[in-house]
Amino acid sequence: MSMTMTEKILAAHAGLEEVHAGDLIEARLDLVLGNDVTTPVAVDVFEKAGFEWVFDRDRIAIVLDHYTPCKDIKSAQLCKRARDFARKHQITHFYDVGQVGIEHALLPEKGLVAPGETVIGADSHTCTYGALGAFSTGVGSTDMAAGMASGTNWFKVPSAIKVVLTGKLPPMVSGKDVMLHLIGLIGVDGALYRSLEFTGEGVSALSMDDRFTIANMAIEAGGKNGIFPVDEKTVEYVSGRVKRPYTVYAADPDAVYERTITIDLNTLEPTVALPHLPSNTRTVGEVLGLPIDQVVIGSCTNGRISDMRIAADILRERKVAEGVRCIVIPATQEIYMECLREGLAEIFIQAGCAFSTPTCGPCLGGHMGCMCEGERAVSTTNRNFVGRMGHVKSEVILASPAVAAASAVRGCIADPRTLE
Amino acid sequence: MLTGKVFKYGDNVDTDVIIPARYLNNPDPAALAQHCMEDIDAGFASAVQPGDIIVGGANFGCGSSREHAPIAIRAAGVSCVIAPSFARIFYRNSINIGFPILECAEAAQEIQAGDQVSVDLDTGLISDLTTGKTYQATAFPAFLQQIIAAGGLLPYLKAKVG
Repeated sequence: MSMTMTEKILAAHAGLEEVHAGDLIEARLDLVLGNDVTTPVAVDVFEKAGFEWVFDRDRIAIVLDHYTPCKDIKSAQLCKRARDFARKHQITHFYDVGQVGIEHALLPEKGLVAPGETVIGADSHTCTYGALGAFSTGVGSTDMAAGMASGTNWFKVPSAIKVVLTGKLPPMVSGKDVMLHLIGLIGVDGALYRSLEFTGEGVSALSMDDRFTIANMAIEAGGKNGIFPVDEKTVEYVSGRVKRPYTVYAADPDAVYERTITIDLNTLEPTVALPHLPSNTRTVGEVLGLPIDQVVIGSCTNGRISDMRIAADILRERKVAEGVRCIVIPATQEIYMECLREGLAEIFIQAGCAFSTPTCGPCLGGHMGCMCEGERAVSTTNRNFVGRMGHVKSEVILASPAVAAASAVRGCIADPRTLE
Repeated sequence: MLTGKVFKYGDNVDTDVIIPARYLNNPDPAALAQHCMEDIDAGFASAVQPGDIIVGGANFGCGSSREHAPIAIRAAGVSCVIAPSFARIFYRNSINIGFPILECAEAAQEIQAGDQVSVDLDTGLISDLTTGKTYQATAFPAFLQQIIAAGGLLPYLKAKVG
């Protein structure tokens, strides 16, 4: 019987000829990930259950990215708990301040995820690595602990939604707009328990950074994972980064999908999501002029080098509008360094932006940009839930780096295509 | 048999409102419980009594993977959550920590805030003692029942591998 891409990867990792939607399986894990919020809870669970050894110190990544550099004493304590565990078990891929980047930008960059692999991470945006043709999904701390102890975990094989992309994105329209458009179409539970499998001739024109952004937000539609086929761009991205053999899986032509959605990339507009759900989408033209107090450009969704470049292109020789705070956060040290090399950092600083070391900080209202009552941000992050970036009566509007940068210049929601 | 008063919420209750990120710097369950549901129901933490039940709408627990969400709900004294559907990570986390959740669309729709409800976890039977109506929740697959019976995923795993 035919299989989807996700089914093939899960079957291979379960040691089975085939698996199908609904099957409960136990699968071998290639990598287990945690951060400074979720790892301490996993360590407690791991130790309380009486486990003394991790299954493979080379297949665990612990990334201290959420509250770092530590915002307060309690978060410093969390980091210490994770750091002590990493040292005790000699975790190879442990990233602390100075080396750390936002986990879902960092792991692909370091070559820790390859096509065809199976990854769980105690962070919901672990689905990002589907951009590389891997099966990767977010889990909780107990799942992380189980993964660290045994190198396996249980999965319900998801049914799949096929998303066929055709055409090519117009200027100033990006992967973020594709995903916001899709979430607007199907809703925040439109892909609940399901795999989003992206395909179609439109995929080849999407950059890897666009694919990372799209796969990253599969969880915002409720998805278990989002996955892209492996093509020349994927192979080019992983070459030089991934130093081990990997297997490329492709969906069978007659694989079974629950539904098919076709998106013509040519027709997409810059898209935003208004408070308080990622599915509350509008084209930018529908909300022009909405006043803002803050702009955040960064995160695991949109903190990659192409995001920095497009934001810098818009901010070059312009200023952030008076009364607006613009915070720019490259997602990793490598991206930060590239911003310095290309002169992007200088453009941001000249424009009046705060330019920060990598951190998840403001995305989750952690630090580095919390808002008070009545404030509104345009942000390239991934969630605009009630209270997400601070006060329960503050608001987040999700947008692409182009829209966010244009809005920073205008001081209100603005269309990057019509900036003077 | 679990029995308690119902706190009722709408669709897409996300883990950011169940336990806001500003409190995640202290994962102690008792500390998390003090701020449970704070951003959609500021009075919840002080009003909830041991055994009380949360009835939510579709996609309950969506968003962040934070296991702190079911931990906070349990530590607040809530005995179980009933909803038409759960976001998948919240679903996994609840099973993995041995916290009871029940999928039942009809019960989630009809049961009202303040109703006294009892739940038989062995049979999945939900009884609204205020209205006298009963509902049958979806049964968990046998494998997940084993995890729940073991008290969570890690005790299950430990018993298996020794």
